[in-house]
Amino acid sequence: MTEVKKHYRSNPHLYRLLAITVLWMLFMAVTRFDKFYTFKNFQTIAAQFPEFGLMSLGVMLCMMTGGIDLSCVGVANLTSILCALLMTKLAGESGVLSPATFPIIVVVVLVIGALCGAFSGLLVAKVRIPPILATLGVNELLTGICMVLTGGAALSAFPKEMTTMLAANIGGVLPVRLLVFVAMAVLVWFMLCKTTYGTKLLLLGTSEKVARYSGMKTERMLIRTYMTSGICSALGGLMMLSTYASARADYGSQYTLQTILIVVLGGVSPNGGKGKISGVILAIVLLKLLESGINRFQNISSYYISLIWGGVLILAMVMDYVTGDKRSRA
Amino acid sequence: MAQALLKATDIQKSFAGVQALKNVSLEIMPGEIHCLAGENGCGKSTLIKIISGVYQRDGGTLEFDGKTMDKFTPIDAITNGIQVIYQDFSVFPNLTVMENLAFNTELAAKRRIVSKKRMRQIAEEAVAKINFQVDLDALVGTLSVAEKQMVAISRALMFNAKLIIMDEPTTALTKKEVQALFDIILKLKEQGIAILFVSHKLDEVFEISERFTIFRSGELVVTGSTKDLDDKKFTFYMTGREFNDKTFVAENLTEQPILETRNLTLDGHFQDISLKLYGGEILGITGLLDSGRTELALSLFGIRPATGGAILRNGQEISIKTPQDAMKQKIGLVPEDRLSEGLFLPQSIADNIIIAEIEQLKTPMGIFDRKKRQEEVDHWVKEMALATPDANNASSTLSGGNQQRIVLAKWLACHPEVLILSGPTVGVDIGSKHDIHAILQQLARKTGMGIIIISDDLPEVLENCSRVLILKDGRIVHEAPTQEIDEKTIVSYMM
Amino acid sequence: MQKSIKKIFGRTEFYVFALLVVLSVLIQFRSGGQFYTANNLVDIASALIVPGIFAVGTFMVIVSGGFDVSFPALASLSVYATTKFMLNIDYSGGILLPLLMVIAIGALLGAFNGFFVGYLNLNAMIVTLGASSVFKGIMQGALNSKQLAVIPEGMRAFGTSALFTATNSQSGLTSRMPMAFLVFVAVVILAWFLLNRTYFGRGIYALGGNPASAKAAGFNVKRTKFIMFILVGMISAVAGFIRVCMMQQCHPTNMLGMEMNIIAGVVLGGAAITGGAGTLLGCILGTLLIVMVENSMILLGVPTTWKSVFVGALIVIGTGVSALQVLRANRSASRARTMTKEGAK
Repeated sequence: MTEVKKHYRSNPHLYRLLAITVLWMLFMAVTRFDKFYTFKNFQTIAAQFPEFGLMSLGVMLCMMTGGIDLSCVGVANLTSILCALLMTKLAGESGVLSPATFPIIVVVVLVIGALCGAFSGLLVAKVRIPPILATLGVNELLTGICMVLTGGAALSAFPKEMTTMLAANIGGVLPVRLLVFVAMAVLVWFMLCKTTYGTKLLLLGTSEKVARYSGMKTERMLIRTYMTSGICSALGGLMMLSTYASARADYGSQYTLQTILIVVLGGVSPNGGKGKISGVILAIVLLKLLESGINRFQNISSYYISLIWGGVLILAMVMDYVTGDKRSRA
Repeated sequence: MAQALLKATDIQKSFAGVQALKNVSLEIMPGEIHCLAGENGCGKSTLIKIISGVYQRDGGTLEFDGKTMDKFTPIDAITNGIQVIYQDFSVFPNLTVMENLAFNTELAAKRRIVSKKRMRQIAEEAVAKINFQVDLDALVGTLSVAEKQMVAISRALMFNAKLIIMDEPTTALTKKEVQALFDIILKLKEQGIAILFVSHKLDEVFEISERFTIFRSGELVVTGSTKDLDDKKFTFYMTGREFNDKTFVAENLTEQPILETRNLTLDGHFQDISLKLYGGEILGITGLLDSGRTELALSLFGIRPATGGAILRNGQEISIKTPQDAMKQKIGLVPEDRLSEGLFLPQSIADNIIIAEIEQLKTPMGIFDRKKRQEEVDHWVKEMALATPDANNASSTLSGGNQQRIVLAKWLACHPEVLILSGPTVGVDIGSKHDIHAILQQLARKTGMGIIIISDDLPEVLENCSRVLILKDGRIVHEAPTQEIDEKTIVSYMM
Repeated sequence: MQKSIKKIFGRTEFYVFALLVVLSVLIQFRSGGQFYTANNLVDIASALIVPGIFAVGTFMVIVSGGFDVSFPALASLSVYATTKFMLNIDYSGGILLPLLMVIAIGALLGAFNGFFVGYLNLNAMIVTLGASSVFKGIMQGALNSKQLAVIPEGMRAFGTSALFTATNSQSGLTSRMPMAFLVFVAVVILAWFLLNRTYFGRGIYALGGNPASAKAAGFNVKRTKFIMFILVGMISAVAGFIRVCMMQQCHPTNMLGMEMNIIAGVVLGGAAITGGAGTLLGCILGTLLIVMVENSMILLGVPTTWKSVFVGALIVIGTGVSALQVLRANRSASRARTMTKEGAK
């Protein structure tokens, strides 16, 4: 009992999110049980959230350092466009992509992500541009490259073998995309909780100067973090490619704000130095559940979802404000 | 005897059930320089905030200038002639001196439209009062700390101030600047303005104040004339303990210097510094704020790598370009500014302790070893006698003295052979100061560690170091064993 | 004299202005003399109106140390609601009533931001991010927004009325200088007066420099932030309104996504992202730089698909150069102090 209490006290944010999720699930159970609680629905949810879920993981890491990554959509689109071009190339005349090339594509995806992330990281760590501007510029730049590559049109004429595979469900049950997300989430969790990286990241986010005076390789940490974020976004781009079966310079532009929304909702402090991956993952799932739930009500425009997201974000902050204020008064 | 300017009687204040002030009283005469002293957390800041209207008192009476002050705001306090100069001076670095000086007056007059002419007039009058020469159009951010303080003082004088409260005004000043400040305080006294000078620096209390009041744990310990006060009594009143100061004598020095520099230079900061540090000794380095002493420490630790000369470790020439290089050479640095360089304030005490040695807390597989971490944390909390119920609490919950012990623990956990401390006891209460000195002396004596203390707190240097180097304008101007030199001589070399 | 010259050279505004000149000369040569033609200059001025007004609002928020990403959504919602309402009541009058209505809605939505940022002291970037989402939701959900191909006559007339018409003597092409340019000028002048000649405006600067001191000096910090966000809401709504008038149709979502380029322009002009520093002149020059780059692609013979590449590179290089300048200044400042002292001996 005391253990639970203690856990609650150190993670009030997490429990509040959990409460909102449970309430929402209850509400859906009462109002639209047969439409919401179907296997198919949950499967769709699980297949859809990985693309922005992956990007959110990257944004989370950057925000923990006190920075932000606004370039995730640019990285994702660039990745998906380059992949589409690469797939066409690899398939050659036959137009059929052999499964043997899949690993090559995955490696290319990771490299693109790492390079883009490293570029942002260099601008932040070495040139000392405020992260919000650096990644904003990089996003614009990458989007520009996408426009130049595609001329603004959608690329859909590419061999679909790999994207179909990614869009499939294993044994008709488990979405492949969910697996990719879980794999990345576990990796990030491992880095944060099982290696010294997590502690160092949060301390770096608290004060870069103190971190340097404590012998931390701050520049390398920052670059590494933005690289990881780039890799997350690149994987998100691959997921987008498989969802839309096409690539375009301006897909997923809503994700820039959405990922930040998720990360803040998940309890990561925009000033850095505070946050937990569990909260962010819960926030990712919660947002998708909210969206999917709203869609079960025919008479409610699906556009209300953005109203609800914004409302939930501000509500979460106000709740933190109210409880935080109490603590400081005590 | 004249009527008291400020008469606070039996003031009480509690925060969430904790009594911060228990029936304390304070009396200040017109034109008097009164020193309020006490360790961190003794309640002196709370009392200042009550006097200046920031907090409401729970009990007691407050009279100012013959008027009873009940339920008043900071603005009321200002209009009655009470001004507080806080440690950060409350200035705007991005605005001009003129604007900084004129804002309060203009806002108090509820003006809405800016008039540069009127502002300049106000500003000129303000600086004239203390004969302060400054470019009114310069941005305050480009001024030195002392000049910023002058801006704050000039501003305070504009409201027909009768009482000026200065909250630890000398913390970031050099000796020379402190002297200039004292001159101004005396000038203000001549104009009939009373000064409440908050400090826990002994020598300042003696030099400037006529009367003093000392608080301890929210209670009034003693109040009286400074003439009747001496070192021993002061320390006893502050801490409730008695200390016997003994000058440190180095024993078992290593034959070879463990750290040596030859003509070490950092362009624009220091030149041709050649020094030797032996294992088991405590070497003092002193000098004015801009003598290059801070930068020397930073160069030895790789934060600002030296641009010329050589560093030798146990006779071997080494290169220190980054803090990691220094740490590899088992050199640690307790930096000058604890709050912005030494501690992750909002983070846990535990993380602050282990951050520098974190790479050593891994299993062979590279996994973060939580058990080892906990052992280290427990060890250092006990070793340093940190006053905390839980090492997972934020470091900001501790007092300055305890915070400094965390920084010390962080480096001791790395088992350094050379430990450099820049201003090791700035902003630390007397009790903790003595404890920290004892720890350092014991380290040098027992472990053969070579310690460098960089400080302008001369009693500290004389008491703890076996040798002292004096820096001036980036060069070593004198070196002497501490037994053969006194404060006056050191100051004469520093200036 | 020498001091004032030094002052000019040390300022970001000077560099942005120099860059503008260099760039324009470059375009002039590359395009065979098509940049400095009457119609092209008028085109650029006309393209500056909407981003320019947005930039003024954004500038205020950044100077106060805050951040606003909600203004495009705020503008979209205010102007959509106004246009829709006017169409519904078959409004056929002049420009004044719709303008007042859009400003009122903008003020209301700005107050929403201002309440959370000012009175609850929440992180401005996150609040405005949430607000952006809320505004969009209200517009698309509650108002069920669709593209409005027709706008009330008064608005259309205002959008198409011209101050003067410039003709290119070579090609005979003409460009109209919209009446709305006067609104832009008026907004800039009002904002300049507010920021530099009133204590409310100096309070915004003070707040960006040091919020605690601002409070101690007697500024009402919470109210200043609150009112500032209301003003920014009003300014942004005006920008959105002008855009709809000039385009002669109301497309609910095509302003969304503009925020980043506007912020980039403001920061390029020298406003410190940490607050407290920057001038309105720099803000306008920075915005002009971005507008010019965006609008001169065709003159340069560069396909418009390259637009984002150029703007992105401009942001990265522009902010990079100023960041490096700050680094170098910090380094040499402490050095200079010791040096001059030695020289004085």
